[in-house]
Amino acid sequence: MSALEFIIFIPFVAALAIWLGAPARTTALIASTINLFWVLLLALRLPASTGGSELAFTSRHVVLDNPAIAFAVGADGVSIIMALLTVLVTFAAIWQIVDKPAMYHIASLLISGGALGAFLSTDLFFIYAFHEVALIPTFLMIAIHGRAEKEQRLAVAWKTTIYLGAASLLLLAGLAWAVIEFSGGGKLTFDLVALRAQALASPLPVATQAPMFFLLLLGFGALVSLFPLHSWAAPAYATAPTPIAMLHSGVLKKFGLYGLFRIALPLLPQGAQVEWVQQALLVMLLGNILVIGLVTIHQTRLDDMLANSSVMHMGYLFLGLAAGTEVALRGAVLLMFAHGVSIALLFAICGRMRNQLGTLEMSKLGGLGSHAPFLTVVFAFGAFASIGLPGLANFAGEVMIFLGSFTNGNAATTFIPANGLTALHWTVIFSLWGVVISAVYMLRGYRAIFQGTPQTGLFMSDPARGQWLPLVLLAAVLLLVGCFPSLLLDLIQAPLANVAPVTP
Amino acid sequence: MPTAPELVTQSAPLMNILLFLPLAVALVILLGRKVLGVNVCVFLAVASSAICLLCSIFNLGVVGSETIRLMPFLFLDGGKLLNVGIDVLHDGQSAGMMFIVTLIGFLVQVFSVKYMEDDDAKPRYFGALSLFLFSMTGIVLADNLVMMFVFWELVGLSSFLLIGHWFHKPSAAEASKKAFLTNRIGDFGFMIGILLLFGANHGDVSFAGLRESLMMGPLKAAAGTQGWLLTAAVLCLFMGAVGKSAQVPLHVWLPDAMEGPTPVSALIHAATMVAAGVYMLVRISFLIAASETGAMWIAGIGGVTALMAALMATQQGDIKRILAYSTLSQLGYMVMAVGLVGMTGEAMGGNAGHPAMFHLYTHAFFKAMLFLGAGAIIYSCHHEQDIWKMGGLAKHMPATTLTFAIGTAALIGVPGLSGFFSKEAILGVAWGECKWLFAIGAFTALLTAFYMTRLFIVAFLGKARSESASHAMEVRLPMLVPLLVLAFLSIFSGYHFLGGPLKAMAVHGHGEGHYTVMGISIAALLIGVVLAFVLYKGKDKDPVNIKLFANKFYIDEIYAGLIKVFQDGLAWVVTGIEHVLVDGLVARLPAALVAKVGQKARLLQAGQLQGYTFLLGAGVILAIYVIVFVLPGVGH
Repeated sequence: MSALEFIIFIPFVAALAIWLGAPARTTALIASTINLFWVLLLALRLPASTGGSELAFTSRHVVLDNPAIAFAVGADGVSIIMALLTVLVTFAAIWQIVDKPAMYHIASLLISGGALGAFLSTDLFFIYAFHEVALIPTFLMIAIHGRAEKEQRLAVAWKTTIYLGAASLLLLAGLAWAVIEFSGGGKLTFDLVALRAQALASPLPVATQAPMFFLLLLGFGALVSLFPLHSWAAPAYATAPTPIAMLHSGVLKKFGLYGLFRIALPLLPQGAQVEWVQQALLVMLLGNILVIGLVTIHQTRLDDMLANSSVMHMGYLFLGLAAGTEVALRGAVLLMFAHGVSIALLFAICGRMRNQLGTLEMSKLGGLGSHAPFLTVVFAFGAFASIGLPGLANFAGEVMIFLGSFTNGNAATTFIPANGLTALHWTVIFSLWGVVISAVYMLRGYRAIFQGTPQTGLFMSDPARGQWLPLVLLAAVLLLVGCFPSLLLDLIQAPLANVAPVTP
Repeated sequence: MPTAPELVTQSAPLMNILLFLPLAVALVILLGRKVLGVNVCVFLAVASSAICLLCSIFNLGVVGSETIRLMPFLFLDGGKLLNVGIDVLHDGQSAGMMFIVTLIGFLVQVFSVKYMEDDDAKPRYFGALSLFLFSMTGIVLADNLVMMFVFWELVGLSSFLLIGHWFHKPSAAEASKKAFLTNRIGDFGFMIGILLLFGANHGDVSFAGLRESLMMGPLKAAAGTQGWLLTAAVLCLFMGAVGKSAQVPLHVWLPDAMEGPTPVSALIHAATMVAAGVYMLVRISFLIAASETGAMWIAGIGGVTALMAALMATQQGDIKRILAYSTLSQLGYMVMAVGLVGMTGEAMGGNAGHPAMFHLYTHAFFKAMLFLGAGAIIYSCHHEQDIWKMGGLAKHMPATTLTFAIGTAALIGVPGLSGFFSKEAILGVAWGECKWLFAIGAFTALLTAFYMTRLFIVAFLGKARSESASHAMEVRLPMLVPLLVLAFLSIFSGYHFLGGPLKAMAVHGHGEGHYTVMGISIAALLIGVVLAFVLYKGKDKDPVNIKLFANKFYIDEIYAGLIKVFQDGLAWVVTGIEHVLVDGLVARLPAALVAKVGQKARLLQAGQLQGYTFLLGAGVILAIYVIVFVLPGVGH
């Protein structure tokens, strides 16, 4: 058994135990703490064990011979970073005080286990299946414990279900197509490592790669709320109960990008470069950044604003994908982590505010900085991280994406002055305006909620000391990674695209 | 391909203390203010800035220039893919600027101990000041543009925190937001400029690397055939300076920033942070020299700012706002000097000295002094800021009045004081390069003499016009000493005997027409002073009333309208379109169709819950079915 298998199954076992009657909060906390430390330990051991360029901690149990399906796990820098994000946000989400602990904790643990399974498996079948497993509690919790009136939250739950269900089917079609093409009439395999090796040895014709990549882009993209397939996301996050919003927007949503980086790009590297695919991607990601950015400015409630901002910021991750250089791709991985931590932090605070204040309408709030100095500081951490303040993690990722769009180290520059600015460069410039837009809505929100004169009849207090830990932890991670991005970047030693990791 | 020198992380204790000590203090105060108590926090902040001052005095003797890596920041594959570090460029320019920053930083902290005595958030205030010193040090020491951008933004954050120190006051909260956002617009351009150079120079944006590349590397090739590139890069970087140094059209945040505590205005919004834009431009003066169009735009914007701000200053009543517009105007001078020097095609700065840096340096002392003086008055007059409610302060506060008079004299360029020399240096270049800009500069000098004399007459002479002014009392030593030190420097910092260790700062004009220039500027000074005496001597209210200047050319109102129409209006329209079209076509139309099916499903199922589980379970089963049974068939 590999350590990764334990890490994947601990949340499921804990969920089962709670269902069977174990004390909910204690069990969930123990499970998430063990996972947090264990993944951290593996991350520390990763460079030592394989130099970071190969899959580590692998294990493989054959489930089916033909088609070849195996429960196979393995980690390299990228997947371990995603696993770290998962356990970190899970820990913070479980720490939240909730009224029905058993149900909430079971749901959180299932999402966590599903996400870990999806990030750490190396077999397409299980990657897909684990993600589906994680989605189910998301829908259920929105429907049962959503924050709106019953009619409304049911509508949101349905919309999310149908949307993501359709996206999953699209994705399934794309994956199936890829598997069939790569088998070339031979035995079908779902083993990602084998597929990547094959993509390297005998790439598919570009004419096939392009539509296949586009199909995967739509399928995975809808899961990450790529414009215009995004409209499920904002209402879902605004409605979902706090721990679920933290876990889905922070962690589970990143699965789509992880899939694009992990599956689509390495298998179909030329497909991603085809002009019409590129152009479509650039247009869609600008939709995220500019259109949703403006929509976010228009929001009047904090939860709607945060939910939309989360959709908007996905555009920068897709920009990393579009640039496709090593610098930009690694920047995007870093940004995935950073965004997950920052949005989880913001949703955690937002949840507490809703419970205490009863409203999140920004025009009715104000001056909370004097009531709750601690929450103000951690909110500022999250808000400034999300608008890309240097020193906090998001900036490092964003600026690497921007820099990587213009050059890829000394070897290859993507900016040749004689050719002028390409479509990609113009997209970067427009995306930079998005940084201004984010600052506008975040600071408007901060101004409306925390600054100014306290409104009469409103009161909010800082949480008890015992509740500080998860918030401080998330804020500290943002600061640490922001100042020392190498802590994460050094885990990625092999190029993200093109070269397949080799199993020992 | 430029071969960047191998940078390895070195131990440079002095630089590390200079940069990281204030950060450490800021963090300690943030985390431990409850445990440490107010006095310890204040002590830590003041003591650390004293240590930093000593370090930077020790650094002044630098000759030549060296680059020291303190730590890598964005570093991939051993630096081959990406190599951006926290690197210090140690030369005359940075050493001189560090001296200004740490000296004024220290004096302002000492002044603040008394000034902020009754504030109940002192730890937050001193913590933010330490954070500011850290960020500003980073800008000054930066060896590459990315690092400069990093600290550039952090300076924006500390400015945000300090302007909004009294965050419960709506006007202060609005001002802090406005400052941050206006700066962000400038930084939008700054980042584009960095990216253009980063791409064109293959990932090296260190100042030395860019300079070398411009002489014999990719930038030279690009500059030869792609003239637009350098001009675009220079103008984009300049946009960053327009934001930070509050040039027209992004100047609107600076007067509002006066909502912050007055010592903050002295340090950040007069002497140091707002000068960062000029500092950056001088750092890239070799690029500006290579782009004539860029240099002309810079000089023009600087000139327009100098003139417009001076006109606005003539009609303000709030003492801090008059000084704020004066700061804008003087920053305009410096920016104009950068452009004018660029138009000569000659690269200055570094160890060579630059008229803009010279003026930055003298201005830092006398403007910080004037702001602290204003702080002393506001403190004594129970937070009265309207000069028309002051009057007769000379009798009550003789020492403050004396220092304020010295600061005023230095600012308006009375011969023999520091401001005279540095203004001369700028006007000298203008005379040689562009007579139009010289005319603007000389007229601005006249206006400066006019509005500062007006301020002095109304506030200090005559008789008290309000209760609080008549009871004003001289401030105590902790506030007076910083004033006296700065007054001393306002007089003497233009001379070479102080300029010895600060040689990189002082450049004296000796060009053609030197005496003509001097004659014109002394004439402008006299006209301004006499005019102010004639108009304002013994007046109880403003005899001049020019709405356009008093209302700052209505620029704030115009911007508010533009934001309402373009940003918020556009946001409204886009939201509507998004809701109707995108959500409608992609989501709601299919959803409506599915809902029909859903209703049937609901009839079949007893409750909602089972509905979802059923749907998803069916999906998973279908997927498994397809994979296990259908695909193998297709494969074979």
